[in-house]
Amino acid sequence: MSSDTPEVRLEGGRRSSTWAGRGFYVLLLLCLAAGFLTLGTLVVDVFRKGLQYVDGVLLMNPPSSDPAIAGARPAILATLYLGVLLIAFTVPIGVGTAIYLEEYADKNRWYNRLLELNIQNLAAVPSIVYGILGLAFLVRGLGLGRVLLAGALILTLLVLPTVIIAAREAIRAVPGSIREAAYALGATQWQVVSRQVLPAALPGIATGSILALSRAIGETAPLILIGALTYISFNPTLLGPFTALPVQIYNWTKLPNAEFKGLAAAAIIILLAMILILNAGAIWLRNRYEKKW
Amino acid sequence: MVTMSNAETEPVKIVGVNTLDLAERERRMPPPETREVVFDVSDLMVSYADVPALKDVSLKVYKNFVTAFIGPSGCGKSTFIRCFNRMNDLIATASVDGTVLYHGEDLYGPHVDAVEVRKRIGMVFQKPNPFPKSIFDNVAFGPRVLGMTDDLENRVERALNQAALWDEVKDRLKASALSLSGGQQQRLCIARCLAVEPDVLLMDEPASALDPIATTRIEDLMHELKRDYTIVIVTHNMQQAARIADMTAFFSVDVGDRARSGVLVEYDTTPKIFTHPTDKRTEDYVTGRFG
Repeated sequence: MSSDTPEVRLEGGRRSSTWAGRGFYVLLLLCLAAGFLTLGTLVVDVFRKGLQYVDGVLLMNPPSSDPAIAGARPAILATLYLGVLLIAFTVPIGVGTAIYLEEYADKNRWYNRLLELNIQNLAAVPSIVYGILGLAFLVRGLGLGRVLLAGALILTLLVLPTVIIAAREAIRAVPGSIREAAYALGATQWQVVSRQVLPAALPGIATGSILALSRAIGETAPLILIGALTYISFNPTLLGPFTALPVQIYNWTKLPNAEFKGLAAAAIIILLAMILILNAGAIWLRNRYEKKW
Repeated sequence: MVTMSNAETEPVKIVGVNTLDLAERERRMPPPETREVVFDVSDLMVSYADVPALKDVSLKVYKNFVTAFIGPSGCGKSTFIRCFNRMNDLIATASVDGTVLYHGEDLYGPHVDAVEVRKRIGMVFQKPNPFPKSIFDNVAFGPRVLGMTDDLENRVERALNQAALWDEVKDRLKASALSLSGGQQQRLCIARCLAVEPDVLLMDEPASALDPIATTRIEDLMHELKRDYTIVIVTHNMQQAARIADMTAFFSVDVGDRARSGVLVEYDTTPKIFTHPTDKRTEDYVTGRFG
C-alpha cells in the first residue's frame, strides 16, 4: 500500500444510535419471550396434568359423575358440528359482505360508511354481549330453544365481523391493475370479481376465516349464557340440546375432585389439538394457492 | 388541426431522431385525409372532482395508423387515451364532456354499454399486468368472458403469434405468466388484447417499464400490427414517437388561475411535428429545451 492512500476508517460502534439499535433488539426479544414463555408454561402444565387422561374413555364416553368412566364425546362432537356450521354460515355471508363493501359500495354514501363503522365496532364487542343477544333474540324471541343451531348462529354473529374484515383486506390486496386489465378486455363487473378478484383473494380469505373459526370454537361465555348443558349423555343433533368442549372444560374445573381437574386438562389438550389442526389447515391452504401463481 | 408545414425553414434538430429518415417517410406516407376516421374527438374535457385535467381537445384518429400522444408529465395524455375505451368510467370522480365519435357512433351516448366498447377497443397498460394465472389462461380470459370459446386453442396460438411471443412460450403454456420476463409479460398483455380481435389497440406507455431490447421488440411489433389494427399510443419517449408514429399529438400543461390542465398544442403527421413544428412549445419540447 502506497503512503499517499487516504486513510479510510470503516469501523463503527461509536455512535449512540448503535446502542439504541441494540436496546430495541433486546426489547423485541423480551416481547417475544413474554408470549412464548406464557404459552409454553400453559402447554407444559396442561400436558403434565392431562396427558395421562387422554385415552379412549375420554374420546368415546359421555360425561359421568364417576371420573374413571367420564368422557367428552358429546362435547367433542358438538364442537366439530359447531365448526362445520360456522364455516357454512360465516364464509358465504362474510365474503359476500366484503365483496359488496370493497367492489360495489359507493363509499360516499352515508349508509355504506355507517355499515363499515358498525362492522369495525362489532368486532370489538365482548362475546358475552352476543350471548345475551342470542338468548333474547334466537333462543327466546324466535323460540329456537337452547339448541346446537342457536349456538352456531351466535358464534356466527360473533366472528362475522372478523371474517368480513379479513376478507376485505384480502380483496383489497388484489392489485387494481388486475381489475383494470380485466375490464379493458370487456369483462363485466361480475366477471371481474368472480374470475379475477376472488380467486386472487382466496388464500387470504381462507386464512382469515379459519383463524376466526379457531377463535370461535374456543368460546365459552356465549354458549353458557344460552344454556349449553354440561351433562349430555347422547350425541348432539342440530335442533337438540348440546354442550361444547370449552363448556365441558369449564365445568370439570369447577368440580372438587382432583381427577376431574385432570380430565379438564385432557380436554384442553383435545381442544388445542383441534385448533392446531385448523390453523395448520389454514397455512396449508394459503401455501397451496399461492404456489399456483 | 392539420397545419401547413413551413418548408422553407431549416428543419429543427432533435437528438436521436434521423430527420432525413423522417423526410423520406413523409414522402411515402399516405395523406391522412384519405384515411378512414376511427375516432373523431371534438371539444373534449375531462375533469376529476370538478377540476379539469384536460380541456378543449379535438382531433381525428385514422385507421391503420399509429397515433402517438406525447407531452410532459401531467399534460393529460393518459387521461385522454382512457377516454377511448371509457376506462375513466371506473374512476368515480371523473367526468367527460364533449364528444368522442367512434366510426360515427358517440362512445358516450346514452345507450352505449362500456363493456361493448371495451370489446372492440383493447388496452395495454404502462406496467405489464398479467393475471396471476397460466400463460394460456391469460390469453384465453378475454375470449372466455366474451363467449368466444370455439376453437380456443387456435385463437390463443394466433394471438401469441401476432404478439411475437408464441415461439418463446409454446412449450410452457401452463406455466405461470408471472414467470415471464417484463418484456415477455408486456407482449403477453398485447396478445391478451389481440385474442378478442379488437378494432383498436390503445397503449398507455407500453414500453416505459422495459429495457431497450424489449422496447425495440414492442416497437417492431407495432409496425407489424398497424396493418390490421389502429394503434393509439401514449409515450414519454419522443424518439419512440418519431420512430413508430404516423401521426403525433403534442400535449402541454396550461397553467390557469384555478388549476393546471392539459391542452392539445399541435397535432400533425409525425415528420411535421418533429421537423417543422408550428408552435413554439412543440419545438421547445421536441428539441429538448423543455422537458
